[in-house]
Amino acid sequence: MQIIISNTSKEPIYEQIYVQIKKHILTNELQAGEALPSMRQLAKDLDISVITTKRAYEELEKNGFIFSIVGKGSFVSEQNNEMILERKRKVIEEQLLSAIQNSKEIGVELEELLELLTMLYKEDT
Amino acid sequence: MENVIELQNVNKAFKGFELKDLSISVKKGFVTGFIGGNGVGKSTTIKLILNLLQPDSGDVSVFGLNYKKHEKEIKQRIGFVFDHNVFYEHITLSDMKKIIKPAYKNWDDGIFHQYVNLFELPLKKSIKTFSKGMMMKASLAFALSHRAELIIMDEPTSGLDPIFRRELLDILHDIMQDGEKTIFFSTHITTDLDRIADYITFIHNGQHIFTKEHYKIEEDYAIVKGETNLLDRDTEQEFIGIRKSNHGFEALTTNKQRTANLFGDMVILEKPTLEDIMLYTKKGNDNYVKSYS
Repeated sequence: MQIIISNTSKEPIYEQIYVQIKKHILTNELQAGEALPSMRQLAKDLDISVITTKRAYEELEKNGFIFSIVGKGSFVSEQNNEMILERKRKVIEEQLLSAIQNSKEIGVELEELLELLTMLYKEDT
Repeated sequence: MENVIELQNVNKAFKGFELKDLSISVKKGFVTGFIGGNGVGKSTTIKLILNLLQPDSGDVSVFGLNYKKHEKEIKQRIGFVFDHNVFYEHITLSDMKKIIKPAYKNWDDGIFHQYVNLFELPLKKSIKTFSKGMMMKASLAFALSHRAELIIMDEPTSGLDPIFRRELLDILHDIMQDGEKTIFFSTHITTDLDRIADYITFIHNGQHIFTKEHYKIEEDYAIVKGETNLLDRDTEQEFIGIRKSNHGFEALTTNKQRTANLFGDMVILEKPTLEDIMLYTKKGNDNYVKSYS
């Protein structure tokens, strides 16, 4: 498993680890049931503190990507695609809601917002 | 989580210097980096933890035990590494071992030789020929050979070259693998802490400023940069140790989110280093301690 840490990135290190392991799981590079390196081993390998890898694993566990067995370590969870899609949809909904609120605050009409969204959507390919 | 070291409301006064109501705890299985400028009380604190000094008031406990009743037991379980030579200089490492070994119940010759080999230390050369790095390694080998559960180090990396400092950090990573050992060390070289420290304990002028998870520091603190016209009597209260010039100001905030909400795009927020935090705290001095508590 490759994990590349940038010390100059604005993103905290635990976040970088979280994002990269998550990606490995979602792309099936890490498969369900596969063991992750122990937090302490990973900390040593990446030359960072244990508390940082611990935080990354906690976030992964909280979001259902991995599970831990006391004394045995951490493993990749069975990924439920339906669940992931559902979760993503929820996030999109929330983000759109805050965009709508912001628009209302400064009087941006629905039409204008739609236009903006369409433009941004097409741009980002 | 279990605390290995606990200082509660400790006071210790010397002429011209005092530790004030110091409460610190160190968590088992983790590395805690102990930072602060010169003469703020780091070494005094370490001596209190080792019972080389006794507090005027307050409690010190190690492994949940107090020194009055359990001094021997506690000391069996601690290994300490100082920045200066504490060995007899004119004898060899192998003779030094003969002196130290009988003091410890859990002494293990196997472990000792394993580390002597790993660290490439000469057993038959007199200790006075050792370099600073070798002295450090010898000190660490002794600490590890009696299966110390708590390793306390005072400025272990100071005066060591960068290559050896890296080596030492690797060794410390190895020691931490089983999750049973605890390391507490003071240092000036804050970049070493980025590689190993789980918690940071910061003291200034004899007072405990904070103990935080390492990653939490960049979540809470930020260096703020902006135009000087943003500063007035009210906004200055938001910061610690403001540095003004003709071209703008720089300051430290202890509440990044609040600063972001308050100033929005008018300021730049940057990740602070531990050095930044030490520097601005010294600048802001008393004002800091107040705004923190």
